[in-house]
Amino acid sequence: MLYFLLKRLGGAALVLAIVAVLVFLLTRLASGDPVALLLGDQATAADIAAARVQYGLDQPLITQFVLWVGQVLRGNLGQSIFLQMPVLQALAHRAEPTAFLALFSVAIAAGIGVPCGMAAAVWRGSRADQLVSTVAMLGASIPSFWFGLILIQVFAVHLGWFPASGYGDPGAPLGDRVQHLLLPAIVLGVLNSALVIRFTRASVLDILGEDYVRTARAKGLSEGVVLMKHVLRNALVPIVTVLGLTLALMIGGTVVTETVFNLPGVGNLVVRAVLRRDYPVIQGTLLVIAAIYVFINLAIDLLYTVVDPRIRLEGR
Amino acid sequence: MGASTSTAPAAPAVRKPGARWVKTLRRLFARRVVLASALVLLLTVAAAVFYPMLSSADPGDMNIAMRLHAPSWTYWAGNDELGRDVMLRIIYGARYSLMIGFFTALGAVVLGTLLGMLAGYFRRLDAPVMRLVDAMMAFPDILLGIALVSILGASLWNVILALVIVYTPRVARVVRASTLVLRELLFVDAAKALGVRTPMILWRHILPNLLSPVLVQVTFIFAYAILAEAGLSFLGVGVPPEIPTWGTMITGSLQYADQAFWTILAPGIAIVLTALSLQLLGDGVRDLFDPKLKQKS
Repeated sequence: MLYFLLKRLGGAALVLAIVAVLVFLLTRLASGDPVALLLGDQATAADIAAARVQYGLDQPLITQFVLWVGQVLRGNLGQSIFLQMPVLQALAHRAEPTAFLALFSVAIAAGIGVPCGMAAAVWRGSRADQLVSTVAMLGASIPSFWFGLILIQVFAVHLGWFPASGYGDPGAPLGDRVQHLLLPAIVLGVLNSALVIRFTRASVLDILGEDYVRTARAKGLSEGVVLMKHVLRNALVPIVTVLGLTLALMIGGTVVTETVFNLPGVGNLVVRAVLRRDYPVIQGTLLVIAAIYVFINLAIDLLYTVVDPRIRLEGR
Repeated sequence: MGASTSTAPAAPAVRKPGARWVKTLRRLFARRVVLASALVLLLTVAAAVFYPMLSSADPGDMNIAMRLHAPSWTYWAGNDELGRDVMLRIIYGARYSLMIGFFTALGAVVLGTLLGMLAGYFRRLDAPVMRLVDAMMAFPDILLGIALVSILGASLWNVILALVIVYTPRVARVVRASTLVLRELLFVDAAKALGVRTPMILWRHILPNLLSPVLVQVTFIFAYAILAEAGLSFLGVGVPPEIPTWGTMITGSLQYADQAFWTILAPGIAIVLTALSLQLLGDGVRDLFDPKLKQKS
């Protein structure tokens, strides 16, 4: 168990290290001198040279990278060029709407995906199965921003049931925020339910073929009991896995959706940073989001081993 | 897919070289959904390629009198904020949207297959290549896309390049998994024993067997690229607005959506139909080559 744990942790650390190198290189390859951008048009060549020394940009790339990683490990993601605040602080301010939106969307995706996937597996090959598969694929074919725009037109502009954009006042009660989040969460949840459906269907199908399901049926248990007690319970592990993966994917999905609904989240922050070429913010956000993704995956792996001892043994 | 997979009347027993392909295609299109998808795609490509040759209508023609005019018999999808024919612009836009999808899929598949084969066949390359792939897949697609485009600069080819970089790891992962299995098969051992050189083994024995998983990836990445292009345009880091893709059409008419919803509805439907057809076709191809399903039919 310890060996397995260390192996997984080591793998995750290695991936994180490569992520850091990629993020560093990505922003260093950017066209345009970040210092010239920072100092504006008025800066003389001497000013720029002085600033380059000050920021350590005259050092070799490796030294710069080591310095940067040292800063990141101490929790310093740098200073935003436009927002006049540290990147970490900017991210912290924007974390709440994004986190709520992602969790809310996963709940919706699970609410749609798990029952539909189960139904598709139980009635395998039937009309219902084909319909669910096709609809799942439809969900993966709709551009999320466009779906959001259409929902805004119908439910916010014409019917007036929901606010079209924003996140309410800073001090608004929770209910108000939920109302602001409902449309964007529907967009993300519905479109991402395809993955949950496919995964649930596949894992339920696997379990339906197991011997203990046949045994349960043979001893005369009703189909409902077999499905709830024997199938669903054993399918829970893969389902929880895919929900975790969906959560990780959602964080990326929020980039577009937050822009559509003008939610003041991390996605909105990074899109603006890209448009203004605010590289410290882009760098910091990419790093944090990729790290969250790696951690969610690690957590899923570990959870798997706790729930299902067979995997531990295979890992040896 | 149950009863609908029943194969069409068996092809004549004559062993012509093309006969196997005809049989395969027949089995693929035995499913009506797959056939319909293929027809939709064929129609879209044909319209994009041939309509501009046959008609002199200019998608850039502005007709201020028809500004934001609702769909009618002459203008099936209505007119936009400059009085341009939305349907005509969708047909011309298909050229760019399909081009982006095609070249993204091509680039990602070529690079991804190369990486995946190297990682899957050579044990020593496996760990380094796959950790790089893992790291790249830790970035959400669209986020990596906007970061890359902002660094490369917004142009048609840079968007394609950025999307190729985004989707290559996905192909590499699939190809590696298949190569790992193929590597252990008897015909590879036999080729080795006969003294066939490694590049030749990869080219003649591994690559042809990767055809079906790679083909599935082509259709899916083609679809994702069309969707991603539209998303990038919406975020303001896509193809320059003067190039009429389906994505830039939606983005360009955004502020008129309240008065004329068709200006964003119609290009969006074009995206959905194309992406859905591509994915259904890919799904059909996957089922066709799935040995589990083959046994049953």
